Amino acid sequence: RVSGVFHPLIFSRPTSFSLPVSFSPTLSLSPPPLSFSADGNYLLSCGSDKSLKLWSVSRGTLLKTYSGHGYEVLDADGSYDNSQLCSCSSDKTVILWDVATGQVTRKLRGHAGKVNCVQFNEEATVILSGSIDGTVRCWDTRSRKFDPIQILDEAQDGVSSLKVSEHELLTGSVDGRVRRYDLRMGQLHVDFINSPITCVCFSADGQCTLTSSLDSTVRLLDKSTGEMLGEYTGHKMKGYKLDCCLSSKDTHVLSCSEDGHVYCWDLVEGSLMLKLPVGKAVVQSLSFHPSETRLLTAMEGRVQVWGAEPEETEEDVVVVQQEKA
Amino acid sequence: MASDSDSDGGFVTFGTPLEPLEEDEPLRKPVPLHEQTVKDEKGRYQRFHGAFTGGFSAGYFNTVGTKEGWTPATFVSSRQQKAGRQNARPEDFMDEEDLGDHGIAPRQITTTADFASGRKDVIRDKARAITSLSAPIPGDTVLEDLVAPARSSMGVELLRKMGWKDGQGVGPRVKRRLCKQRADSATRAFGSASPPNGSSESQDEEDGEFLPENVTFAPKDVTPIDFTPKVDLHGLGYRGLNPLAALRGGPGAGHINLFTMDSDRTNSLFGEDRKGHRRRGGVAGQGFGVGAMEDDDEDIYHRDIMSNYDTVLGGEEPGDGLYGWTAPQQYNRTKKDHSKDAAYLGKILEGFTLASDKLETKTIFPPPNLPRDFRPVHYFRPVVDLSSVSPMVAQALQTSRGHMAQEEPSKGGRHQLDSAQRRELLGEATLQGPSSVFDLLKVEDRERLSGLRRPSSDTSSGPRQPTPGEARAAVVAAGVAAAAARASAQKALSSRFAPQAEQQQQEALSVWSGPTAQAQTGQTFKPFERTPHKQARYDLYIDQLKQGDRDALELSLDPTMTEWERGRERDEFVRAALLYKPSSSSLSCRFTRGKQDDGVEADTVEVTRDQENDVDDKQAAVKMKMFGKLTRDTFEWHPDNLLCKRFNIPDPYPGSGFVGMPKVKRDKFSVFNFLTVSESPTASASPAPQGVKPSEPGKRSRWDVSGQAGDKERKEKDPVSEFLSVARIEASGSGPEASTTDGPTTDPTVEPDTEQKDEEEEEEEEEESRPSMDLFKAIFVSSSDEKSSSSSEGESEEEEEEKEEGVRSKAGTGPQISNQLNVNTTQPAPPVSAIPSQHPDVVFKTPSGPAAVPPPRDQEMEEEEFGPRLPPPSSTLTVERRPSLTPSAKDDKHKKKCKEKHKAKKHGKNKKDKKVRGKQLNPGE
Repeated sequence: RVSGVFHPLIFSRPTSFSLPVSFSPTLSLSPPPLSFSADGNYLLSCGSDKSLKLWSVSRGTLLKTYSGHGYEVLDADGSYDNSQLCSCSSDKTVILWDVATGQVTRKLRGHAGKVNCVQFNEEATVILSGSIDGTVRCWDTRSRKFDPIQILDEAQDGVSSLKVSEHELLTGSVDGRVRRYDLRMGQLHVDFINSPITCVCFSADGQCTLTSSLDSTVRLLDKSTGEMLGEYTGHKMKGYKLDCCLSSKDTHVLSCSEDGHVYCWDLVEGSLMLKLPVGKAVVQSLSFHPSETRLLTAMEGRVQVWGAEPEETEEDVVVVQQEKA
Repeated sequence: MASDSDSDGGFVTFGTPLEPLEEDEPLRKPVPLHEQTVKDEKGRYQRFHGAFTGGFSAGYFNTVGTKEGWTPATFVSSRQQKAGRQNARPEDFMDEEDLGDHGIAPRQITTTADFASGRKDVIRDKARAITSLSAPIPGDTVLEDLVAPARSSMGVELLRKMGWKDGQGVGPRVKRRLCKQRADSATRAFGSASPPNGSSESQDEEDGEFLPENVTFAPKDVTPIDFTPKVDLHGLGYRGLNPLAALRGGPGAGHINLFTMDSDRTNSLFGEDRKGHRRRGGVAGQGFGVGAMEDDDEDIYHRDIMSNYDTVLGGEEPGDGLYGWTAPQQYNRTKKDHSKDAAYLGKILEGFTLASDKLETKTIFPPPNLPRDFRPVHYFRPVVDLSSVSPMVAQALQTSRGHMAQEEPSKGGRHQLDSAQRRELLGEATLQGPSSVFDLLKVEDRERLSGLRRPSSDTSSGPRQPTPGEARAAVVAAGVAAAAARASAQKALSSRFAPQAEQQQQEALSVWSGPTAQAQTGQTFKPFERTPHKQARYDLYIDQLKQGDRDALELSLDPTMTEWERGRERDEFVRAALLYKPSSSSLSCRFTRGKQDDGVEADTVEVTRDQENDVDDKQAAVKMKMFGKLTRDTFEWHPDNLLCKRFNIPDPYPGSGFVGMPKVKRDKFSVFNFLTVSESPTASASPAPQGVKPSEPGKRSRWDVSGQAGDKERKEKDPVSEFLSVARIEASGSGPEASTTDGPTTDPTVEPDTEQKDEEEEEEEEEESRPSMDLFKAIFVSSSDEKSSSSSEGESEEEEEEKEEGVRSKAGTGPQISNQLNVNTTQPAPPVSAIPSQHPDVVFKTPSGPAAVPPPRDQEMEEEEFGPRLPPPSSTLTVERRPSLTPSAKDDKHKKKCKEKHKAKKHGKNKKDKKVRGKQLNPGE
């Protein structure tokens, strides 16, 4: 099924945005990873059919298809105002889309390998993309230049995951290190994890970082000191690049697993709260609704939205399906 | 017409004059700009535009006609009013403006044709030309002209009435003398108006001396030069049929000469015909044939005569003011001759006239002046081969000629010259680069080398043969001193054969004694490989050369050989040595010294200034879950200015010239690259209590174990001690069995299976850390170990070690407990309360108690694992531990484990592991 080890995933929005509702569940379909865009009403899936699809979460209907990539789409992100999308693909390009028209606003070339992850900054003025070539490139969406503003080539192996906060850039690399570029301080903090990183996240309060790695461990690290605040195990993550995320209120840690479950731990206790059976295959990607208790999961071309009630009754709200390419 | 009133003085007024200002009148309101318009008489706006319409609007607002538009004329004809013939003229389409002063066809008073001074009406001429062009036959207007009356202008009529006759000039009559004077003054020509035939007659008259005194002559007419531009497309000189001539009969030629002479043309200027000629009617001329009335038909076809033409361009008389006058020239010429004769002062022989052309005088050049000492004899010097001539003769020749016929007889030909010799011959400057490798050496080295060479050269300087240059100098010097001539000639003679061989020997010496040649130990070229003895001698020779021995050749030759053989071999050796001289010396001058020292030994690379800490440390820390200080590196990092701008963040390093991480140049291979000092000493081998964590999902919190439900404040304290203590607790809680079973998998030196995927990465790290191992072994390991440690690394060693392992396993009691370290350190772990939660070092000092591990191993293991970071253990500690070196009961278990491990992993870190062990064991066993 999934040929590559690492698939990009989609992430929930890391930090507080000014927009009232910024809902970004991102899902990754098995070949088609999936990502969501925009306020909590839409979700964005990207897959190996070389296209992005925009869905309505509440109704489960397909709103628009964005095609233009030459290979499978690995990751996507939406701008804060839902006017633009960015996506990255195995064809080494990053594409900036216009949401309404579905046209390619800009096609950014420069990566030497497939681009694993892509992210807007807070004001959608910069697109950051991390590639298997070990670089993170900062693309300017404001100017007409097609060269990246800066290339962060500190990683010694492919960059698998990337997150942007107000003034920080968090990257996880296959070389087993989590790098946090602090633009305000002009510092680079490198945390050594000793296992290829599959996903990195900021916590909602911006104080912690969540890191999942291929040693089947999710670690919660203190952002400023790098100390480990929590360690969450039990799931299986050994070969695939799977996602992890925090719940909207930073109370729980969620992670995909290769055994077809989504694991949910209590953040403070570190104990497993929930083992959500999604299917038989690998849960590719997941994303948590930024404000509500909703969870997106992606598995084998299906995207599912879970409305996780506080009393732990999960009901399958919507199932959308993206055709496998 | 502007000049209708005299008072205007010819000025043209246009527009309306300003009204005179009145003093008491109040100021009028100024007319606004949009109302300041110009209108014509009809009230139409006049707009300034268009250069072709005189600058004003044409028609009705740039259209044609009136406000109603163009009304076409209608043909109306009735019985009472017959419609006349419509003859449209251009003026019919013009309005007053066009006919006005500034229109396109202004009306003005002109002289009528009757009073026009010979000139035709321009407009009429033009119109006629146009119609003639448009007519079916060019020159169609002929018919019109045929019926036109012959007219002479009013001026001509008046002149006639005043007694003027055709062909005369205008003015008071003059006497003959004056007339002649004028003619002589060459300002004017005679009788231009006279016809060619007539002129000759009058000439004859004038030539005669008969001149009545009281006769006056009319002044000669001045012919205005007709510079009418040629506007038609006819050939030069073509005039077409002259209707006048056709009407009144041609001029004397009897036919209309299309190529009339200028004189004819001047005649026609006056529009007159010549009297006295037979008048013939009808049209005659080319192409017209002869009418029935004509009696002679001889000259129908025009036969042009060459005499009608000038054969010389500009060959007219000087002095003749008549341009284009081509009348017969006899008159002028004779007159000129006369004047010349008169001007001559001397006596002219009868029957002779003065020559018109001057005789040319021949110029003769004198022969050049010979120098005083010139001898008109040349003799050639004989070319003498110096080698076949006695030195005295050679010397004499040399002095007499300044150079030898064959300066370098030894050189053979130019193909034998090398670049340096050619350069000398050509007088070129030496190349800028270092001429030899010696220049590239440091001063000390050069001195040392020359010091080496000097003794040998000193010893050999005695019997040394003079170089050819010196020989030559000697010859020259001998030439000066006549007394010493013989001796020096003898010397030169003796050295006659020497130069070539000697010079080549020198050359070979200089080439081979260079340091690069010496460095080039492996000589690949063996020219005399077939004869080993000879090759051996040659090698000896080369060796000697390399050492700078001047008489290397003589030393290397076999003394038992005959002189002839030795001579041959000598030549061969030298030639071979020269032929296969080290290429570096011949190439050395081709290269210049590098600006920067980038030699092999100083290989620098651009590396980031801040290097990451040792990965081994971090891996250990990760094993211990001691994230934080140990696993974190913080670097200076410069974001791009634009990136900061896009993120709405001030640039943290304003004005920094670079982005990314600061880079420094560092040696590629320097020991200091591996000497990264970490501030925090690392725990080497404390167990990683992975299995402690509850594997089954449960509600039990991780923090419950420590008895303090996870509060973040506590975690903020000292992470290292915190985690350490936790580790201790858990290790003690799980018991020794757990720890021992966990030991192998958590051993830092043996990677857990789960991490097999990281093998590549780890191998890299291993390679990084390996040099530091050697380095610090060299520093810290006692001298007895040096021997073993200096043994070469390689796979063979690995095999050896495997054998050793076998031996060891058989022996059973061998102290090969390398991987026990973790067990040893964990086993004695005291309860938590006993451990002060301090620095990790403490851990390594405490395990002294019941430890069954030989302390030296312990130490070495630590070194192995963490290299230079651990402080060397105190000697006292080692001494204390040594007595306790007794095989413990657990040895067997460890052995088993070791074997298992080796089976499990034959590569990776074990290599290093084994190597070290082997080295340690060697001296012990």
